[in-house]
Amino acid sequence: MDRIPILKLGRALLVTIQVDMHDRLATALEDDLTNQIVKHGAHGVLIDISALEIVDSFIGRTLDTIAAVSRVLDAETVVVGMRPAVAITLVELGLSLAGVKTALNVERGMALLRQRDDQPEQEDGASAG
Amino acid sequence: MAPAPADSTVLQIRSSDDVVLIRQQVRARAAEAGLGLVDQTKIITAASELARNTLDYGGGGTMAMTMVNDGLRRGIRLVFDDKGPGIADIQQALRDGYTTGNGLGLGLGGAKRLCNEFAIESTVGVGTRITIARWK
Ligand SMILES: Nc1ncnc2c1ncn2[C@@H]1O[C@H](COP(=O)(O)OP(=O)(O)OP(=O)(O)O)[C@@H](O)[C@H]1O
Ligand SMILES: [Mg+2]
Repeated sequence: MDRIPILKLGRALLVTIQVDMHDRLATALEDDLTNQIVKHGAHGVLIDISALEIVDSFIGRTLDTIAAVSRVLDAETVVVGMRPAVAITLVELGLSLAGVKTALNVERGMALLRQRDDQPEQEDGASAG
Repeated sequence: MAPAPADSTVLQIRSSDDVVLIRQQVRARAAEAGLGLVDQTKIITAASELARNTLDYGGGGTMAMTMVNDGLRRGIRLVFDDKGPGIADIQQALRDGYTTGNGLGLGLGGAKRLCNEFAIESTVGVGTRITIARWK
C-alpha cells in the first residue's frame, strides 16, 4: 500500500500531501505520524496541503484527529498552504478546523513552531496564544 | 425514478477510490462548463460528501453527471442514486451535527450550502436520490 512520506525537519516532522488523498491513505497517515512523533520526540508537525484541490469533511476530520493526537503527545500541528478556494469552501461547508493551527506556508509554519519551543515552561501547562 | 438524461456520464460508487475518481471527473466537467475556481471547488467538495454518503450509508450506487446549458444558465448537475435504506427524516439528516455514523454530520447540510440547486428524494427501504447543481 502506498504511503505519504514523512520528513524530519529539525524538531518537527514535515508531511507534504501530493496526491488526492483517498480514505485509506488518510488513515495510514494518522497512524504513521503518531509513530514518528514518538520515535523522534518531535515537537511539531507541519502538514503541507498546498497540492490539495479540496478538503471535505473526511479530510478535515483526519486533520483534526492528527492535531488532537499530536497534542496529547506534546507536538503542535500546523496545516500550511491551504488554497484560497479551499478555505472559502471549508467555511461554507461548516468545517471550522478549530483544533488545527494554520499558516500560509512551510516557512511561516516553522516559525510558529519555533515560537512555541522558545516559550518558557508554564506552571499550569496552558500555553499562551 | 426517471432514468438519467442521455447525454450524462454515469459513474459507479463502490469504493473510496471511486470517490477520488468522482472528484477528478467532476473537476474536469466543471471546468468544461466554465465554472470559476471557487465554484469548481464548491461542487467538487459537495460531490465528495455525497459520494461518500452513497458509499457509507447507501451501500454504494451511482452518480450521473450532466452539463446544463439552457441559454439562461451554464453549469453542471449531479445526481446521486442508491438503493440503500433511505432517509426517514430528511430535515433531521440535513441538520449540521446530525450523524448516525462517526462523522461530523456536515456532509448533507454542507453540500446544500455549496450548491445552487439541492434536492433529496428518499423512500425508506427503497433508496435515496440527491440532485445538486452549480451554475456559472
Ligand atoms: N444516501 C444515504 N442513505 C441513507 N442515509 C443517509 C444517506 N446520506 C446521508 N444519510 C444519513 O444522514 C446523516 C447525515 O449525513 P451527513 O453527510 O450530513 O453526515 P455524516 O455522513 O454522518 O458525517 P460527515 O458527512 O460530516 O462525515 C447520516 O449520518 C446518515 O444517517
Ligand atoms: Mg456525510
